[in-house]
Amino acid sequence: MLTALALLVGALLALGVAALALARSAAGAKTVHGACVGAGAVLVLGGLAGLSGGATALDLPFGPPWGAMRLALDPLAAWFLLPLGIVAGCASLFALGGIHGPVPARLLLPWPIFLAGMLLTVLAADGFTLLLGFEAMSLASWALVAHDTAEAENRRAARIYLGFAGFGGLTLVLALGLSAGGAGDVAFAALREAPPDGWRAAAVFALVLAGAGSKAGLFPLHVWLPLAHPAAPSHVSAAMSGAMTKVALYVLVRFAFDLMGAAQPLWLGMPLIALGAASAVIGALRAALEEDAKTLLACSTVENVGLIAIGLGLALAFRGADLPALAALATAAALLHALNHAVFKTLLFLAAGEVLHGALSRRLDRLGGLIHRMPWTAWAALAGAGAAAALPPLSGFASEWLLLQALLAAWRVGDLAFQIGVAATAALAALAAALAAAAMVRFWGLVFLGRPRSPRAAGAEESGGAARIALLVPAGLTVLLGLLPGVMLDLAEPALRQLSGVAAPRAGFLAVGAADGGARYWPLAAALLLAAAVGAALWAVRRRAPPGIARGPTWDCGFIAAPAHLPFGDPATQPSAAGFAQPLRRMLGDSLLAAREHVTMPPPGSTAPARLDAGFRDPALAALEGPLPRWRDAVAAQAERLRDLSIRQCLGLSFGAVVLMLALLAWLEAR
Amino acid sequence: MSFGQLGYDVAHLLGGGVLLLSFVLLYQRRIGAVINAFAMQGALLALAAAWAAHAQGVAGLYLTAMLTMAAKGVLIPLALHATVRRLDLHRTVETALGIGPSLVAGVGLVALAILVALPATEGARALAREDLALALSVVLLGMLMMITRRNAISQVIGLLSLENGLILAAIGVAGMPLVVELSTAALVLMIAVVAAVFAFQIRERFDTLDTASLEEHRGERR
Repeated sequence: MLTALALLVGALLALGVAALALARSAAGAKTVHGACVGAGAVLVLGGLAGLSGGATALDLPFGPPWGAMRLALDPLAAWFLLPLGIVAGCASLFALGGIHGPVPARLLLPWPIFLAGMLLTVLAADGFTLLLGFEAMSLASWALVAHDTAEAENRRAARIYLGFAGFGGLTLVLALGLSAGGAGDVAFAALREAPPDGWRAAAVFALVLAGAGSKAGLFPLHVWLPLAHPAAPSHVSAAMSGAMTKVALYVLVRFAFDLMGAAQPLWLGMPLIALGAASAVIGALRAALEEDAKTLLACSTVENVGLIAIGLGLALAFRGADLPALAALATAAALLHALNHAVFKTLLFLAAGEVLHGALSRRLDRLGGLIHRMPWTAWAALAGAGAAAALPPLSGFASEWLLLQALLAAWRVGDLAFQIGVAATAALAALAAALAAAAMVRFWGLVFLGRPRSPRAAGAEESGGAARIALLVPAGLTVLLGLLPGVMLDLAEPALRQLSGVAAPRAGFLAVGAADGGARYWPLAAALLLAAAVGAALWAVRRRAPPGIARGPTWDCGFIAAPAHLPFGDPATQPSAAGFAQPLRRMLGDSLLAAREHVTMPPPGSTAPARLDAGFRDPALAALEGPLPRWRDAVAAQAERLRDLSIRQCLGLSFGAVVLMLALLAWLEAR
Repeated sequence: MSFGQLGYDVAHLLGGGVLLLSFVLLYQRRIGAVINAFAMQGALLALAAAWAAHAQGVAGLYLTAMLTMAAKGVLIPLALHATVRRLDLHRTVETALGIGPSLVAGVGLVALAILVALPATEGARALAREDLALALSVVLLGMLMMITRRNAISQVIGLLSLENGLILAAIGVAGMPLVVELSTAALVLMIAVVAAVFAFQIRERFDTLDTASLEEHRGERR
């Protein structure tokens, strides 16, 4: 199977090259995306095979000058192939459905390379291959983000994204170098033999956290996500959110759980837990405030990555405290949520893409009432939004419930500071889940319910065919994964055993649970109860309703009838995106997001309207765009002064450097 | 071969002489005397190479000795004298760092070279170790001369004496291929030619050989 996957990497790269020629015609573009759908299917099969079989390794016959490139497929990598395959397949299928003519090569060419980079990262078994895949993934996705250079906003997003991509790669290079040490062997087997300890372990972990965390979207390096996702085409946003952040998390897991050895101190998990909690709250809050559908979904990705990070951090801490059963529980929550999030976020991004295609806008204030014009999209998006809002029996609930169980069991770690921190984290995670639910209600309600807010939205059209299938597959999977989390945990069992040493506590096919005697969640039973309650309510309403159903106009809160030139009603009589977000902005935005509100009253006697300006800024982005460029400019100005040195001073610099090195050498020898 | 044996003592004496002449180069106040001191350094280096050829029994080193004597001992000094005469230079050396401080810095550099070279070469032959320390000192003193003198001719001499240090290191190590020495020598000769042409150009344009006069003509200055 590993050989087939290695060949798939090569085939995808070749497809990327061939895309140059195929981009000339619609049929060629369809071929490329069709092949990518097939690649996604192969990836899922490879993941299943890797989880059922043992670990395999493969040395490629070529590589860098110091040795062959190594690939390996162990259960951990195989588990991450599942979200990768599902997302790649669905996104490619969606792109396939959206082709109505020649696709520009700059949009078509990077897509297979992007997929190949992600696959190579997951399969890598030495540092060089890992970095190669990671960088290919970064650069190809940058090319896709930067495809539309007409708008200044997109150029800015691409620039910031490129900066983050370079930063992530750089920190991973440093992390690998630091963990390889003096020997310089970056093969994973060699790194496992000599795991870093003491300050080196801390430095490696911090570097990996910065590198993989910035790619995954962990606070405070999450700021590129809400910028880059709206700039990219919808299927690319889906893959970046669904798959790329998971690959980054995979890199984090690979380092933290595997390459850094099994014996780690308790505190190693704490930064991950803290950053995860911060990401979850900031992401969910921003998702509840943003007015652009894809930005909103990107912020929701930050929240979910934060939740996964909490799970991983807990697992690390439990391992350090020698509580393998709890570590398995936390790992199970994290891995399951990674898969679930990949599926439902892909679904939501593709639905946003379909809405953008049908109603020509991403802005919530220009949409509305789309459930009538785009019923398939609306119902599929409802499944995704329900999962993102962690509603039972959908997939998001199962994994977030497991995460909460792990958080609630964390008091078994004896350290008091850790207990207090985890208690706070549990509160923050619950807050994030509630905020995410509010964000999803706002998203789905504003886009699909109510009246259209623009003529475009009123005349929206749904596309059928491949695009519809691309929405229905992840919607079905979202329901299925929600109903059968126990099966998925059984499937993940080898990966959990690899990460935590023991299997996750089993509660049968139909349930998941923390431990023997602990809480249990039966999704099928919950679904049946919910269906019974909804059915009873429906039955009661129907029974008490008078016979004959008449459709009337939507009640618009007592406003007077709209004038004739507004056939869809006065937009001002519907809640706007900003208005919907106002309570949360006032409650939490002030302190967390520097939200501001300013009323400009006209001078007495003037007939001008009063103005209310409201908005917020992400403090991380403000820091990134404020002091950082200033420091960079100051450093550059200092460095510029070197150019004005005379020849003698230049010689003097190198002379001084030589003398300094020699002095260092003499000092080292004297010790 | 160790202390007290003739081969060792002579090699040590010659190497020490080369280093001493590096200090003489730093000490001279007149440009003609600097060139003469450089010529003497070249001649001593040639002797050291010849002695190494005799002691190690390597015929190739005689060639090195002859080349060094011809180029460093005779031709380059003559050319430099001619240049000075032709350009009608000030016969004084213009220093950026005073003579006294340069000498103090030079002593410090020799101490540093010994501190570095002796522990690093532990286990090697005594002669090679001493030789390496001496050579490193000569290299560092050549660099020091390049940065503490304003005059282009003095800077070129600093560079050439730096190369002397490299050759001194090369002849001290048994088994160094001749090709390496020859190519190094050729490279330095080329640099010397380029530097001479450059010096003429500077002189023609700016009526001085003080390299500081170049600075206000650099285009990238802001």
